[in-house]
Parts: sequence; C-alpha cells; structure tokens
Amino acid sequence: MDYLLTEEQKMIKDLAHKIAEEKIRPVAAKYDINEEYPWDVLKVMGESDMFGLFIPEEYGGFANSTMNLCLATEEFSRACGGIAVCYAASALGTIPIVLFGTDEQKKKYLPALASGKRVAAFAITEPEAGSDASAIKTVAKKVGDHYVLNGLKHFITNAGDAETYVVIAMTDKSKGARGASAFIVEKGTPGFTFGKKEDKFGIRASSTRELIFTDCKIPAENLLAKEGMGFIVTMRTFDMSRPGVAAQALGIAQGALELAVKYVRQRVQFGKSISSFQGIQWMLADMATEVEAARGLVYATARMVDAGIKDVAKESAMAKMYASDVAMKVTVDALQLFGGYGYMKDYPIEKYVRDAKITQIYEGTNQVQRGIIALKLIKEMAK
Amino acid sequence: MNIIVCIKQVPETTEVRINPETNTLMREGVKSIINPFDMYAIEEALRLKERFGGKVSVITMGPPQADAALREAISMGADEGYLVCDRAFAGSDTWATSYTLAGAIQKLKPFDLIICGKQASDGDTAQVGPGISTHLNIPQVTYVKKVEEATDKSMRLERMLEEGYEIIQAPLPALLTVVKEINEPRIPSLKGLMRAKNAKIITFTQKELDLDPQQIGLCGSPTQVVKIFTPTPRVGGQMLKGEVPDIVRELVELIKGEVN
Repeated sequence: MDYLLTEEQKMIKDLAHKIAEEKIRPVAAKYDINEEYPWDVLKVMGESDMFGLFIPEEYGGFANSTMNLCLATEEFSRACGGIAVCYAASALGTIPIVLFGTDEQKKKYLPALASGKRVAAFAITEPEAGSDASAIKTVAKKVGDHYVLNGLKHFITNAGDAETYVVIAMTDKSKGARGASAFIVEKGTPGFTFGKKEDKFGIRASSTRELIFTDCKIPAENLLAKEGMGFIVTMRTFDMSRPGVAAQALGIAQGALELAVKYVRQRVQFGKSISSFQGIQWMLADMATEVEAARGLVYATARMVDAGIKDVAKESAMAKMYASDVAMKVTVDALQLFGGYGYMKDYPIEKYVRDAKITQIYEGTNQVQRGIIALKLIKEMAK
Repeated sequence: MNIIVCIKQVPETTEVRINPETNTLMREGVKSIINPFDMYAIEEALRLKERFGGKVSVITMGPPQADAALREAISMGADEGYLVCDRAFAGSDTWATSYTLAGAIQKLKPFDLIICGKQASDGDTAQVGPGISTHLNIPQVTYVKKVEEATDKSMRLERMLEEGYEIIQAPLPALLTVVKEINEPRIPSLKGLMRAKNAKIITFTQKELDLDPQQIGLCGSPTQVVKIFTPTPRVGGQMLKGEVPDIVRELVELIKGEVN
C-alpha cells in the first residue's frame, strides 16, 4: 500500500532498511544467543543520524518527528526486534527531555543523544508498580540545592548501557499521582548502581536491569519540568512513544511475514510448492491484511502526533494494542508455515515469536490500552 | 590531503546474462550500483580525509545516469562529484578510458592521491587504475590492503600478493588500487543523503577536456570485441580402471583418438 510518504520520509525508510539488511540482520542471531548489547550496530545508527530523528535540529538532531521514529523502528524491527528496541528505548528516554527540558537541559543532553554517542533510558516501573504506576515507592527528597533519591526501579530497558536516565520518583507522597516528579540522572552518579541483568524470553539483544538509588544526590537543576509533573511527563512521553512501540510490533510482523512467504515458495511437499495450497494462501492473505491494517493505524497516529494534535491517548493506545496483537498472531502463524523447521533455532522465525510477545506487555499492557480506549469512548459519549 | 577517487557504475549482479543472439549484456531490469571494489576506495579516501583534512573528489566516466553513483559517494561523505560524459567517449576500452580519465584528472590538480578499486565487477580487467597512473606519470601501488603510515609527502602501504604481502613506500602524488581487505565501507548518513540530493555535479565533456580525438571513444580503443560467448561447461571426466600398464595403454589410445 502506498502511504504517500514525503521524499524525506522515503529517504529515512530506505536508509533504515539498508542499515537493517546490511548491519542488523547478519548479527541478529548472535546478539540473541549471547544476550549482548549491540554497540556496533548502534554506532552505525548514530553515524547515519538515526538517533537524530526524534530530536530537533537546533540540538543536533534531524527533526523531531514521531513518523520518522516509526519508519526507522519498523525497518530495524523487520530484521531484529531486540536491536530495534535498544534504539526505540533510547527515544523513550530522550522524548521527555525534548518535551519538557529547559534550554540548558536540552543543550547539555540532546546533542550527545542525537549523535548516538550516548544512549538514554526511561525509568518508571518498580517491582510493585507496573500497570499501577501511581504505586511507585522511589522517593526524591529536596535537600538544599540537591535532590536525594532512594528506591529501586526494575525491568528498565537499556539500563546499565545508557548514560542518561529519566527517572520518575515521588517528591510528595501525600499528593499521590500529583506528587511524582521526573529527574535526569546520569550514569556514574554516586549512589546510583545497577542490579542484575535479566535473562529474557525475547528482545535479548537489549539489556534490562534494575536501577538502585541509595542516597543518590543529584543537582536540583536535573528536575525535569516542575515538581509534581512526573505523571504528566510520563503520559505525554508515552503518547509520543507508543506509536514507536506499535512500529516495533509492526516491523516484527512484517519481517515474519516476509520470511514466511519466502519459505512457502521454496518448500515442496506432495511434489508441489506448498504456496500452491489454498490453506497456506489463505493464511498468508490474512497475515498480510492484518499487517497492512496495523500499518495504517500506526502511520495515521504518528501523523496525528506530528500535526501537533494534543490528545492522542486513544489513538496511540489503539495503534500499540492492535499492532502488537497482530505481531503476536502473525509471528505464530509464520512459525506454523515453517512447520517443524520453524520450531528449530536454526531457523530465524522462532525468534520473531519471542520478540513479538513483549510488545503486548510493555509500555502499558494491552489490557491497560483497552482500558484507555474504553474510557475515552465513554467520556466522549458523556460530553 | 586532496584525494581523487575514480569510480564506475556497474550492474548489480555478478551474473549478468548475455543475449545469445546479439552477444550484448542484458541490462534491462538490473539495478545500477557503484562497483563494489570502488566502495573500499571511497571509504579509504574518507578515512584519510578524517585524519589529514583536505577534500575527497569522486570522478566517473559514463552515461548521464552515472550521476547517481557520484551522489551516493557524496552521501557517504565525499565533497565533490565529477562526471566525464560525452558521446565521443562511448565505446572506450581500458586504454581510452584511462586516457580520458587522466585528462579529466589534470583539470582537478593539485591532488595528493588517486584511489581506485582493484577492478570493476563487470569488466574485471584491473587495467584502468594502472592506466591512469601511467598517463599521469605518477607512481602506482596496486592491491593495497592497508595504509600503514601516511604523511603529506609519502605513504607506506601493504600490498597484497597471492601469498603474503609487500610493504611499499611511495612518494606522493601516487595512485593506489585497493582490495576489500582494506576496510568496511560506511553506510551513508541522513545529512549526507540530503547534501547529495542537492549537490552540484560538474560534467566534463570532450569540449572542456580537449583530448586527442584519436585516443578517445571507440576509435581510440585498440581492444576489438570480436565475440562474446558463454563458455560451454566442462563435461565430467572419464575414470579408467584396471592395472596401471593397461590404463596407460588405454589412455594413450584415447589421446590419439582425440588428436585425430
């Protein structure tokens, strides 16, 4: 389907495609097996200006565009969902600074993030605060011209490898959700350490660790936005980054579909290519249609964000939920088309199933997304 | 350091088919790319520029669409692109091509270094690089796999041989041809692609170069293509069995039969 991309968007898509095919696909299995952070690939992405796609030009980026981020993430994910998430998670850690940073904060952090020399991460989740983000226990206490952080964040993508972290902590517990604030914390700050690296089912090229804060003193100027705005920072960031997660799911689905079509054309049973069987053809047709429908939703949402439409919570949730459900279904069907070979690690398709699963879980489970969508519908009707 | 990189646009496939009736290459539907060996030449030039400063100019001889190859080199980081393009240059063999390119390079003086890929993937002659250096009367070092040391006056290079390598010291200006072991070509940057899109490509025609008409194009090409054909595949050999003296006698008879 032709999405009438601009010449610049086509250029971004083609370049990301080239990086995916030449630099990501050949090493995808290696990083999946070794669970190693793909620094060499991120270096190439940085040199090609890919980290600048979500950072404004005046801070060393290319343009602040969710559509650009989606196009690049989709192409990277076609080749490896794990390597792609290292990239997308850096966007997630960068977006709050782009949206809420002061000019000084932007000047200090964004150029290094735009060039890919530094990677970012976003930290809200805690052991007891997953879908219920208001239950976070990490605290930030103002002491003179500093804040002192104490607490634990877990399941943080890029943790340990990232240099720049945006961390949500409670500055006033009595105010509940309105008592949370966002802080920029740099790796190497005394009192800021990392817990164990998680051994994951999928997206194994990316690193997932705990962040441990023990009397971690950070300068007051590292507060992002104002005290009490932590959840607004989070929600606005997620509205912009959810299309990115949706694009990751979309890319994984597209990649699996392509591998499946290629495989069924080669595989011969009963003396014929199995692509000649109607049962197989109908599966392919459903898969391709669902992938295309997901793409339409993801691109339309990204374009809404870029057009400056403020309230995109419903559309972002729809795109993330639908694209990730499609990714799960399409990757499982793709594995089915590979038959017994698909179940073996010698073939690339089982990795797509593993990588797809997380997209239904993180940045808000799909159940939470459905909650957001339903609530919006009901509110709209009540107006 | 001012570096000139000579590149060629070639069909993207190592299995170009030949039309059996006309004996010409079937280029329809085949995408054009920069000769893969030239990508290493571009990369090495960019690395030298990063170390020493200066500029990288890319030059190619070909039809107007070879402009795309120059823009691709610019997207990787080259500064300028020059297209040597004229109907008068059509049909050039390696002699006429190297003469023409050398003539164009004279216009780009002063330069410190010329880098070429070791050969083109379509013609596989490996003659144009050495030809250019001969026409320009500068030293050449072929099959370079490593630049060991470089100053603005000379270079110490590792030159690949079938077994091992030679270390060669060459004064500048010189011409190098490089092999794929030398580096890994970079992926273009987005900013590079934007720059390449708007870059001005300078075209040299016979009018600007004013070359000897007897040495350019088809009439300046001593190579005459008499016939192009696909060699017939070898058929499997015949195994002789039995005692050695019998086998030898049988073999001699078989050879006699072939000769007659």
